[in-house]
Amino acid sequence: MTTQVQYPFDQALIESFSVQNNEPDWFKNLRLAALEKIDVLPLPNPDRTKIDKWNFTHFQQHAQASSVYTNVDDLPEQVKSLINVEGGVKNLYVQHNQTAGFVSLSDELKQKGVIFTDLLTAVKEHGDLVQKYFMTNAVKVDENRLTAFHTALVNGGAFLYIPQNVQINEPIQTIFVHDNADAPLINHVLIVADKNSAVTYVENYFSLNDELEGIANIITEVIAQDNANVKFGAVDTLAKGVTTYVNRRGYAWRDARIEWALGLMNDGNTISDNTTNLHGDGSFADTKTVVVGRGKQIQNFTTRVIHHGKGTEGFILKHGVVKDNATTVFNGIGKIEHGASKSNAEQETRVLMLSDKARGDANPILLIDEDDVMAGHAASVGRVDPTQLYYLMSRGISKAEAERLIIYGFLAPVVNQLPVEGVKKQLTEVIERKVK
Amino acid sequence: MAGSTLVIKDLHVAIEDKEIIKGLDLEIKPGEFHAVMGPNGAGKSTLASAIMGHPKYEITSGTVTMDGKDVLEMEVDERAKAGLFLAMQYPSEISGVTNADFLRSAINAKREEGNEIPLMQFIKKLDKSMEYLEMDLNMAQRYLNEGFSGGEKKRNEILQLMMLEPSIAILDEIDSGLDIDALKVVSKGINAMRSNDFSCLIITHYQRLLNYITPDFVHVMIQGRIVKSGGPELAQRLEAEGYDWIKKELGIEDEIEVG
Repeated sequence: MTTQVQYPFDQALIESFSVQNNEPDWFKNLRLAALEKIDVLPLPNPDRTKIDKWNFTHFQQHAQASSVYTNVDDLPEQVKSLINVEGGVKNLYVQHNQTAGFVSLSDELKQKGVIFTDLLTAVKEHGDLVQKYFMTNAVKVDENRLTAFHTALVNGGAFLYIPQNVQINEPIQTIFVHDNADAPLINHVLIVADKNSAVTYVENYFSLNDELEGIANIITEVIAQDNANVKFGAVDTLAKGVTTYVNRRGYAWRDARIEWALGLMNDGNTISDNTTNLHGDGSFADTKTVVVGRGKQIQNFTTRVIHHGKGTEGFILKHGVVKDNATTVFNGIGKIEHGASKSNAEQETRVLMLSDKARGDANPILLIDEDDVMAGHAASVGRVDPTQLYYLMSRGISKAEAERLIIYGFLAPVVNQLPVEGVKKQLTEVIERKVK
Repeated sequence: MAGSTLVIKDLHVAIEDKEIIKGLDLEIKPGEFHAVMGPNGAGKSTLASAIMGHPKYEITSGTVTMDGKDVLEMEVDERAKAGLFLAMQYPSEISGVTNADFLRSAINAKREEGNEIPLMQFIKKLDKSMEYLEMDLNMAQRYLNEGFSGGEKKRNEILQLMMLEPSIAILDEIDSGLDIDALKVVSKGINAMRSNDFSCLIITHYQRLLNYITPDFVHVMIQGRIVKSGGPELAQRLEAEGYDWIKKELGIEDEIEVG
């Protein structure tokens, strides 16, 4: 592509943003180097979805100063419903557009050396750690145009570090509130779980009103060091007018475990990449994703587990409901590299079609470059089973309610795995609203 | 509830254009237990599914009424709300929906909005029924029939029967695949329902079940019709002598498959 694109940003804008945030030079330089690559690199290439006409890079202004929440009472009601207010808010970060709105970490965890703060603060105060892991292991700056764009213009996010041998029982929660259409959500969450540590993390991305437009460019990196255990939950509910690129990556060292439970419920066009790199021997990934496509939205969900280490195990489960005129593509990729002997790659993709005009595509791929492995996949695209409907209705349940139960059950694997009751309830409600 | 009367008149049922039931009459009054027996392929299970409204079966003529109301005009869920229940031979598995949630939805579906069963009352009733059927209480939290053994599924059907308290239950080969202990438990559950307000249509291939549940009437179904009716002694004679004597007595010849 040689077309000259006029971007709404340049070196001066990035420099002034960086200076305004008092960012260290290494971070500013990282941004500027990435800026040079945006034009050179191609867009990501999600299998079976054409995205060259989508707007991922144009916005009105880079960041919007938004109100902060000085205490829990200030939080919008939708946010409050996601957290356990009664038990006392412990480990929570709420971001309002690009502004760090609220952050809280229990004294106990602080004493243990846990770091939990907004990303732009982390860059300043924990620069050595951030520099080591930010866009180095899991995602690379120059992977594609949108990773470079992200690095150059990142304007929000969170950093979580769990020191060696620290096991956190209470979930760590982040909520990213979007209510401004002009400024893009270029958000980065970096989680580093040091050796033998354990953490459960859950995040929400949501638009405060349904009419919002804009772009979201989200990258999450989860680094699980030797024998670390990370349980990651997410519920995305960005509005219809928001075009989203979301890239959630895991990098697992020896015997580490990363478990994803993703409720991807955006109403707008979405490209999602969820990849786990099983780098160390004996590492493990379990990735469960549920989605609902409705209206005219076009979505592409790629879930990938790459086996490098020996004896690694990767499980992919994807359940999607597609209705109205929506198009949803599911790419499931299990890749076993040469040398990753005794590894196991399993995947299951099921798509439930609720309308004649909807399009659903299940695309399971196994790429195996090693002999001594196990692998399997199952995929299906179909309608609500009439025999199941009949069975439920024969107990007096109405057709609409029977369908609701079947669909809810179909999407339950992720709901059940979310660690915070409020988020679980939210996902249940979102599912009900979307499939109605 | 004062029980219900089910009347079937000259019922004809087809599946994929092949007629299976060819003019069947049956009347079940409140409190009565009827058994329908017959050789394989007689159309027994078709009868059960047709009464409940399985989408695969087409009623080509005849009527089914319950207390005078046209059952065939009702949607499947309306039939259930009217008091019909079918314990199925092959219950569906529904992933992600717990047994308990399903049962509560089913109970509440029959009640008016705003008059849902109180949670504690529901749990008590569920625990009591499960204990009665000697079921592991954890099964309430398992997904509906998912991964259940054949025997567990049958027990779960009877659990639903006990929880939903219909006025007329059809049991479609509830005894198939059950060992003798499970058969006793399932029978115990059905017998516990016996009252003047509850009637039952027991469809079975074997007389064995009728040792535990004594029917008031026994009907023999062959080639899509009820060809002989009698009391419990008829079932015993069938067990001892098979169906050939009836065919001989009535001059029924075996159908030859054309094709």
